[in-house]
Amino acid sequence: MQKRLVLDQKQLSITISRFCYQLIENHDDFENTVLLGLQPRGALVLDRIIQRMQEIRQLSLRYGYLDATFHRDDFRRRDLPLRANETKIDFLIENRKVILVDDVLYKGRSARAAMDAMIAFGRPQKVELMVLIDRKYTRDFPIQPDYFGRQVNTLESQYVSVEWQSQGFPEDAIWITEKEHN
Amino acid sequence: MQQLSTRHLLGIENLSPADIGLIFETADNFKAVLNRPIKKVPSLRDITIANVFFENSTRTKLSFELAEKRLSADVVNFASGSSSVKKGETLIDTVNNILAMKVDMVVMRHSSPGAPHFLSRHIQASIVNAGDGTHEHPTQALLDAFSIREKLGEVAGKKVAIIGDILHSRVALSNIFCLQKLGAEVMVCGPATLLPRYIRELGVQVEHDVFRALQWCDVANVLRIQLERQQIKYFPSLREYSLYYGINKKLLNRLDKEIVIMHPGPINRGVELNSDVADSEHSIILQQVENGVAIRMAVLYLLAGQK
Repeated sequence: MQKRLVLDQKQLSITISRFCYQLIENHDDFENTVLLGLQPRGALVLDRIIQRMQEIRQLSLRYGYLDATFHRDDFRRRDLPLRANETKIDFLIENRKVILVDDVLYKGRSARAAMDAMIAFGRPQKVELMVLIDRKYTRDFPIQPDYFGRQVNTLESQYVSVEWQSQGFPEDAIWITEKEHN
Repeated sequence: MQQLSTRHLLGIENLSPADIGLIFETADNFKAVLNRPIKKVPSLRDITIANVFFENSTRTKLSFELAEKRLSADVVNFASGSSSVKKGETLIDTVNNILAMKVDMVVMRHSSPGAPHFLSRHIQASIVNAGDGTHEHPTQALLDAFSIREKLGEVAGKKVAIIGDILHSRVALSNIFCLQKLGAEVMVCGPATLLPRYIRELGVQVEHDVFRALQWCDVANVLRIQLERQQIKYFPSLREYSLYYGINKKLLNRLDKEIVIMHPGPINRGVELNSDVADSEHSIILQQVENGVAIRMAVLYLLAGQK
């Protein structure tokens, strides 16, 4: 199977640091800003950001994990129903700035579902989208990221996989691979 | 495991422990949804569900209807009392007429055991059994076990006594199947006339002394005396039943431990359960009702999600 490396461990680490500085630049002390990691994989990216943010600057960050499974538009259109993950948000987002964090932006459908799910916690003042990888020219919805690690050109037949050491992979890395055909 | 092994929920008997685990896991997420300011998700927005009740129901019907509405499904209700069933229409004809109106799922309660099983062989829509006579009431058993798991951490290894009218209870049978599949020990307790003759063959313990049953168990699931199903007298009087099998605070105080009290409702206060127990800190009766909506949401969601 062909694999192409997009970001290696060092580059990924630099990207996470850049995200943190961009967020600090735009949101200062995060007094009115919350971060939401999209379950399941965006939550892992958020964990990295939170960890790095604490190393850079001691901030009291408000963050949570959002699962949009019940808000997806492909329910009953997939071979198997998606398994829901835990939503862990112990605050309201009413009038707050929200940063949605995910690993890969592809069709934009997950981000749309996430925005729908998010509204259950209040009406945000502003929503920004942060993704590690932006797959260009593949969108089904008019959704663009405010922060991205890298933009890549990919084919429908390809898959972007984000691997974390904490998930049992040899090292943190992002790959483009060909989808397996049965 | 990502989907149920069955297209219908007819009973607990044909569910696997993995199915039950998936329902619980999904219900955990729906319970979180129910505690949000906006308690609704759009998952079933293109699904129509018919609640077909050939037998009276208050909380089950309400709970299903609420679950369906929380999932954004379109809901139609049918009660046999005000329908053409009274004019002699057959079960299949009634349901096929409802399905001709493009209904995707049927939640059915019927007084005949096996009615939903019969229907599942003749129609395309998914069927959820909301109670079939004295046979099964799967969603009640699921919410009971879910409530035990929530209260005590897990079901496996716990001792559950089902006390009361076991003979006429669909809740008892579904509970026995469900609890055993999850690794709990089950005891049934009641007067000999209200225990089915071959109940031991299901692998449950049988006890006729309510104090001994309470002393043995971690959880007591107290059932209602179903007078409406009793064609003959199974015990001399309600007063005598209450004297021997009614659970009150005095009885619980005699135990050397704390136990959890459950009841599927409706309670006959002063008969099987006294108010000083039903409304006490031991009781999780209202949590059962709350969990019922989450469990039914999970069941409907998982069944609807199958292609």
